[in-house]
Amino acid sequence: MTDDVHGTPGEGGTTQRVTLSRAINLGLRAAMEKEPKVLVMGEDVGALGGVFRVTEGLAKDFGDDRVLDTPLAESGIVGTAVGLALRGYRPVCEMQFDGFVFPAFDQITTQLAKMTHRTRGAASMPVVVRIPFGGGIGAVEHHSESPETYFAHTTGLRVVSPSNPVDAYWMIQQAVESPDPVVFLEPKRHYWDKAELDTAATPYPLHRSRVVRPGTDVTVVAYGPTVPMALRAADVAAGEGRSLEVVDLRSLTPLDLGPVEESVRRTGRLVVAHEAPTFLGLGAEVAARVAETCFFSLEAPVLRVGGLAVPYPVSRLEEEYLPDADRLLDAVDRVLDT
Amino acid sequence: MTSSTHPASTGSSATSSTATVQMLTPDGERLDLDEGRRAELEQAVGAEALAHAAALSADDLLGMYRDMALARRVDTEATALQRQGELGLWASLLGQEAAQVGSARAAAPQDRLFPTYREHAVALVRGVDPAHVLSLFRGVDRGGWDAEATGVSPYTLVIGSQTLHATGYAMGVQRDGAVGTGDAARDTAVLAYFGDGASSQGDVHEAFVFAATYQAPVVFVCQNNQWAISVPSERQARVPIARRAAGFGFPGVRVDGNDVVACYAVVRAAADRARAGEGPTLVEAFTYRMGAHTTSDDPGRYRPSVEVEQWRDRDPLARLEAHLRRHHGVGDDTFAEVAGEGDAMAARLRRDVLGMREPGHGEMFEHAYAAPHAHVEADRRWYEEYVAGLEHGGPAADGEERA
Repeated sequence: MTDDVHGTPGEGGTTQRVTLSRAINLGLRAAMEKEPKVLVMGEDVGALGGVFRVTEGLAKDFGDDRVLDTPLAESGIVGTAVGLALRGYRPVCEMQFDGFVFPAFDQITTQLAKMTHRTRGAASMPVVVRIPFGGGIGAVEHHSESPETYFAHTTGLRVVSPSNPVDAYWMIQQAVESPDPVVFLEPKRHYWDKAELDTAATPYPLHRSRVVRPGTDVTVVAYGPTVPMALRAADVAAGEGRSLEVVDLRSLTPLDLGPVEESVRRTGRLVVAHEAPTFLGLGAEVAARVAETCFFSLEAPVLRVGGLAVPYPVSRLEEEYLPDADRLLDAVDRVLDT
Repeated sequence: MTSSTHPASTGSSATSSTATVQMLTPDGERLDLDEGRRAELEQAVGAEALAHAAALSADDLLGMYRDMALARRVDTEATALQRQGELGLWASLLGQEAAQVGSARAAAPQDRLFPTYREHAVALVRGVDPAHVLSLFRGVDRGGWDAEATGVSPYTLVIGSQTLHATGYAMGVQRDGAVGTGDAARDTAVLAYFGDGASSQGDVHEAFVFAATYQAPVVFVCQNNQWAISVPSERQARVPIARRAAGFGFPGVRVDGNDVVACYAVVRAAADRARAGEGPTLVEAFTYRMGAHTTSDDPGRYRPSVEVEQWRDRDPLARLEAHLRRHHGVGDDTFAEVAGEGDAMAARLRRDVLGMREPGHGEMFEHAYAAPHAHVEADRRWYEEYVAGLEHGGPAADGEERA
């Protein structure tokens, strides 16, 4: 990861090398220190620190009243978070794995997402639903899903996904500060990726996408776990004399396609990459919007690289299922050959 | 006090054997004031509930009657308005007035109540203008009342969802230090309303688990009106719903839901427990939905009219009226006065409903989010331009020729 994806360096700030998991932990810690109404709740988030250790030490430092080891019931976690928000709290809920968010789907989409509208703005829902998402960790069934479309399709929710530790640190704090519910998708295969974090830097806005690698030949749009993959692909392509411009969406709703459109107007070519199945995935929305706004700049059809139209496969097949740098470069070849 | 003669309680032996707490009989007699019955009642509901019942003055009882009568009159008017095409739908509360008025009157001003979509009498007791309830059913808004001022949350239409909101709210109350302080104006209870159908929902069970785990100050008020649209409660519950509480680790009690005194006293005692930090209680108000599920329903397809007639003999208003006449000297003039007040309220409601403004199309874009959202703003701009185009020679609207 290049340094230019990170926040503007601050003066006198402490810089440390942290994993993505640790970065979210530090971000939560900062949010809890700043605002006493912030709570952390979920399964095994207390003494264990969460199965990915994202909440490690928080129960010890902030107490059981603010870090709740909840009963094992996802709808209960989100449903009580709605009630806590009505009472003025700012709960951060952890769903242990992506495949386990579905028991909470009703509370997220019909209650959490709609309460502000239902009350004509009288009740805001500053609730964060953290979900470790995506594949590549050799897990059993229901531990590798990419459910972002379900949530991005629901007005009332904001959906974001950091791709690196520095963004993760800032974005979790910005999500906690949001007056709206935020579905926070954490690329679980990258929990142990490390980066230099300057906690005194100026954060980048939550709902802005950004160019993380400039290029001239093809625009590649990615988010979450496909960003590191796209950057690897760009390195390979560079060795072959092809310059990829990589845009990290960061925010899935609202979408910030300004940098994408600006890029496509220069390159004329666009490939969108995500782990979720391509059918009705974010890539379809990006392609439709870019077709509308950049039609006369496009030199080739917009291509999507993503999961296949199958249930997420057994772990020994997941590397075949998941889009990787080779598949992305294949799409790059196709848009360049058009 | 125990009654095993409810017509709908004969479905299983477990149901029919359950004690149902009654203080005001269908004939209008107070069992809780009967020395021969007090010990048995006290064992069932505790001395506190009995004390709350005993403390009710004639004015209190008349106030309860008035609330129930006004709620019934509002309900009648709303049904008529729906039949006349002025409401899209109405969910009648007919028959459930005592369960709602008794429980709502048990709540303190600072308490928070989470209704389903049928708690019209609860809303009335808490000072919600009935027009703000009917605006939801007219499709003008999602319910126009102020939840903070009235302590009544918006109606919830997904069955059971609100029980988790109530529990979470109660967990917030705990974190605010508003339980167990002994300050009657500060300690706060939360009432979670739901029905017999909702008792099958996972969310209700999860609410029980969370409330028990955290000893949250919640009173779960289940109005068992016997029918989840067309499915009778005994088909969903093999044991009385109140008895389920024991499995979650908190008290459960079944009261005669058509007895406003018992509903008030038992919920009041449960709310006191909650405020004192002693955790949740489940109160099952055993009542009956005298009308259809909603105005779109036809109960003649699934339940015998004889059952409705049997429950008519247990009417919650008739028994309190009999009691007030016989034991408190309340006469025709007073009942006529209440009826007149109800008619005036109904007339005002009708006028308010017919005079409701139509929502402007811009309102659908408002409050989709608390902070501005690019997609909403883009659609709003597009729609405004589209509408402006129609007004200035765009495609024909309302059958008019293009200018």
